[in-house]
Amino acid sequence: MRPFTYERATSPADASAKAASIPGARFIAGGTNLLDLMKLQIETPAHLIDVNGLGLDKIEETPDGGLRVGALVRNTDLAADMRVRRHYAVLSRALVAGASGQLRNVATTAGNLLQRTRCPYFYDPNQPCNKRQPGSGCSAIGGVSRQLGVVGTSEACIATHPSDMAVAMRVLDATVETVRPGGATRAIPIAELHRLPGDTPHVETSLERGELITAVTLPKPVGGAQLYHKVRDRASYAFALVSVAAIVQPDGTGRVALGGVAPKPWRVEAAEAHMKQGAKAVTAGLLADARPTDDNRFKVRLAERTLAAVLAEARG
Amino acid sequence: MKFDTPAAANPIDQLKVVGKATDRIDGPLKTTGTAPYAYERHDVVANQAHGFILGSAIAKGRISRMDIAAAKVAPGVIAVVTAENAGTLGKGKWNTAALLGGPEIQHYHQAVALVVAETFEQARDAAGLIKVDYQAEAGAYDLAAARNGATVAKGEPDSTVGDFNGAYTAAPVQLDATYTTPDQGHAMMEPHATIAAWNGDKLTLWTANQMINWGVKDVSQTLNIPEENIRLISPYIGGGFGGKLFVRSDALMAALGAKVAGRPVKVALTRPLMFNNTTHRPATIQRIRIGATREGRITAIGHESWSGDLPGGKPETAVQQTRLLYAGANRLTAMRLAVLDLPEGNAMRAPGEAPGLMALEVAMDEMAEKLGMDPIQFRILNDTQEDPEKPGRPYSQRQLTECLRQGAERFGWAKRDPKPASVREGRWLVGMGMAAGFRNNLVTKSAARVRLDGQGMVTVETDMTDIGTGTYTIIAQTAAETMGVPLDKVAVRLGDSNFPVSCGSGGQWGANNSTAGVYAACMKLRQSVARKLGFNAAEPHFADGHVSSGGHTVPLAQAAKDGDLVAEDQIEYGDLDKKYQQSTFAGHFVEVAVDSATGEIRLRRMLAVCAAGRILNPKSARSQVIGAMTMGAGAALMEELAVDKRRGFFVNHDLAGYEVPVHADIPHQEVVFLDEVDPISSPMKAKGVGELGICGVGAAVANAVYNATGVRVRDYPVTLDKVLDHLPEMT
Repeated sequence: MRPFTYERATSPADASAKAASIPGARFIAGGTNLLDLMKLQIETPAHLIDVNGLGLDKIEETPDGGLRVGALVRNTDLAADMRVRRHYAVLSRALVAGASGQLRNVATTAGNLLQRTRCPYFYDPNQPCNKRQPGSGCSAIGGVSRQLGVVGTSEACIATHPSDMAVAMRVLDATVETVRPGGATRAIPIAELHRLPGDTPHVETSLERGELITAVTLPKPVGGAQLYHKVRDRASYAFALVSVAAIVQPDGTGRVALGGVAPKPWRVEAAEAHMKQGAKAVTAGLLADARPTDDNRFKVRLAERTLAAVLAEARG
Repeated sequence: MKFDTPAAANPIDQLKVVGKATDRIDGPLKTTGTAPYAYERHDVVANQAHGFILGSAIAKGRISRMDIAAAKVAPGVIAVVTAENAGTLGKGKWNTAALLGGPEIQHYHQAVALVVAETFEQARDAAGLIKVDYQAEAGAYDLAAARNGATVAKGEPDSTVGDFNGAYTAAPVQLDATYTTPDQGHAMMEPHATIAAWNGDKLTLWTANQMINWGVKDVSQTLNIPEENIRLISPYIGGGFGGKLFVRSDALMAALGAKVAGRPVKVALTRPLMFNNTTHRPATIQRIRIGATREGRITAIGHESWSGDLPGGKPETAVQQTRLLYAGANRLTAMRLAVLDLPEGNAMRAPGEAPGLMALEVAMDEMAEKLGMDPIQFRILNDTQEDPEKPGRPYSQRQLTECLRQGAERFGWAKRDPKPASVREGRWLVGMGMAAGFRNNLVTKSAARVRLDGQGMVTVETDMTDIGTGTYTIIAQTAAETMGVPLDKVAVRLGDSNFPVSCGSGGQWGANNSTAGVYAACMKLRQSVARKLGFNAAEPHFADGHVSSGGHTVPLAQAAKDGDLVAEDQIEYGDLDKKYQQSTFAGHFVEVAVDSATGEIRLRRMLAVCAAGRILNPKSARSQVIGAMTMGAGAALMEELAVDKRRGFFVNHDLAGYEVPVHADIPHQEVVFLDEVDPISSPMKAKGVGELGICGVGAAVANAVYNATGVRVRDYPVTLDKVLDHLPEMT
């Protein structure tokens, strides 16, 4: 770990301004991912801006009947909130499917969205990785790739985004609220938060330098059966091979997003037009552009079967 | 004490302390975090500096240039050790590759440098500043590709009995199947860790090592210093599983670092280094052929295994159990060893049998199905009471059939539908599987010293280790039983090379041999006590803290009123292990549920019925077996060191990537020990259980998955992607 300086931010705008002006600055909240990466010297921030004290830890109702989740609301608290459990069950279910109790107790809403990939080649500084060291190449392509992406990937990177929570937020059409260095705020649809790798896999989000997530807003409840099914080799504490977040309405229409298959929560709205035709049709739309490796080809079929199980469960 | 005839009645048979379910005497230290593990021994020597090991970035080749200038001047750095300034190093008997690489690199993450600094963070940061230029060379990393070039390993000839080929060809029912098991990592909680301190030419290592005396010898050989100048201290070990049988780079680099820095140095391997820097269980390819009569009698059994290792390494002895487990007049086993440039392969919990039974016991399940027989009946029909390679050489005890029968009864085997994929509970496909468990009992000499003081306290000293297994407790029980004192009148001191040389911990030989050594020393102490008290008559009686003979009873402590009485002895074995085959047996039973949509495999119930001689402490023995069953479940369902066959390393080198079971994976576990004493094995009449518990579990799981789904997976681990394409269509 490299030596670094540390300060506690006094306000979101202050945090943002400092992050933009101090070279090598990073925000730290729960630290469940950043500290691991710092120990491996994959992340080498020169300065840490601690945002834990900014009071962004409330869950409030919005005027239009939705919920505004502070960036620092811990995963455990968000999953347990009665309003979330009642009206956004897919989110609560996704949260408790992630990590472990200990990690969820400290992991934050914004930090969960911004966690980095778990591609093993990203985690080994000896190996080429375009995400870790732009231009060095991708050693995962042609390597061990069972856990890695099948869709939305590129010639430069086949890493996945590991979050469960983000998949549920995507299916809920959440909005990410931020403050920028000048103090201006903006709202980013969650679909536009994460970027596909293309030839710049190190650029992972649409956030500007210093831009701080302050909250995630959930639109007013849409009802329906809200399910999250995470498939993994062991029963707990494992990243998804495939996960399905679904909201299924009584008339059979609904929404679906996939986790574990792509560099971002994977949702193709056009595919949802086929909801009434069943999992095969929807998955065909979702994964039409899939380019799996030999190691992870099974994910395509697994996604279809998992969605079929979810739809069956939604039908009761 | 020479043990060369079967044990007669002896003080252990009283079973006042031995054989009772007993809490660990070291439990309070463990649960309060006060048991001192190697890296935490801040108090043993002042002025400790921190070392950080840099591992090689390539798997095979040479270092062409190494620039340590920036590291040397980095903040806090005291010294940098590389092959350049380490002096001439030898290699330990138990090491295959050099512990310090350079200029030649033999495997990925082989240590190439140690940075010593005032703090751990400074050492780690400076290690990142070392620039190494490598000349990579092509290596062999794919066992399947190297299989055809594999050769017979030194000292591991084929075993043949009768005419295997003829009998197999003539057999009316045949099975010829090939199975694979992957490389696996020990993944114990405590990393390899050592604090090294020099005092003149004398070296002390506070380390985590299962085999203290092997360690002394290998440190001596590696550093070219006399054994008497080396002290190893390892009283608590946070899991070993074979990964700490040997001196590893933490110990060597700490010793070298302390020498160069001129002050004590502590080194722990980081989690990523543990997988590629140390040893692992090697992958295997196993071909099994079984021929049988239509009635199910095995007439031919053949087991061939291919594994790989670095040059000079050894094969995984996966055919071992097949020489002994089932009857059959015509037999063949063979091992072939390929040269691979992956990290060094070596022992991991039940080497040989653990992966061997993962193949053999699936083959037996497949054969039973071909024969239309119940798999338990098939095994019982081919049970034997003698060494099948050496007719006339009996087993000391062999209750395999009883294990299987009791297991079947307790598990409700009769309710199993032999037709695969026929039991469904909602979304879940449910199946049962079983396998035989088998692991040899190894006898090896083991010494101890016991001391009686004026307060009647008995102190045992031996260099035996407790790797989390419960050794402290069974040794205390043995001394308490033999000396006739309560458990709290015994103190046990372990893991110090100043103590008499024990068998050490490995191969499930620790419990029987180390307690037998303690028993021998206690029997010698009893003689001293009797002499001191003037009891010349027949053997006095030691009970309740007193000694009685000829109507006199005096407190035991009285024998030491003029000074401590000390006795030292060792157990040594004759040829009973040649005359008798000594092994432990189990029946493993597993119920699984497989998600009919996703193929996710979840265990529901596990049962092991074990026959392993006298069970010294049923509580810690049960803990050993449930831990081993858990490890067996991991091997069956998830554990695999994934090889990058281009770059030659295990890619998933952390505990996020190398998955081992978590609590949610392990359901109800039940362990039954058959009432058995084995007077052939030792005066303790005990054997081992710590490895028996893993032997056969993987196959029982795979067989249960087959029963649940009808999918026969022959390549471990049995993961959902291997069954997915064969699951029922979804509507």
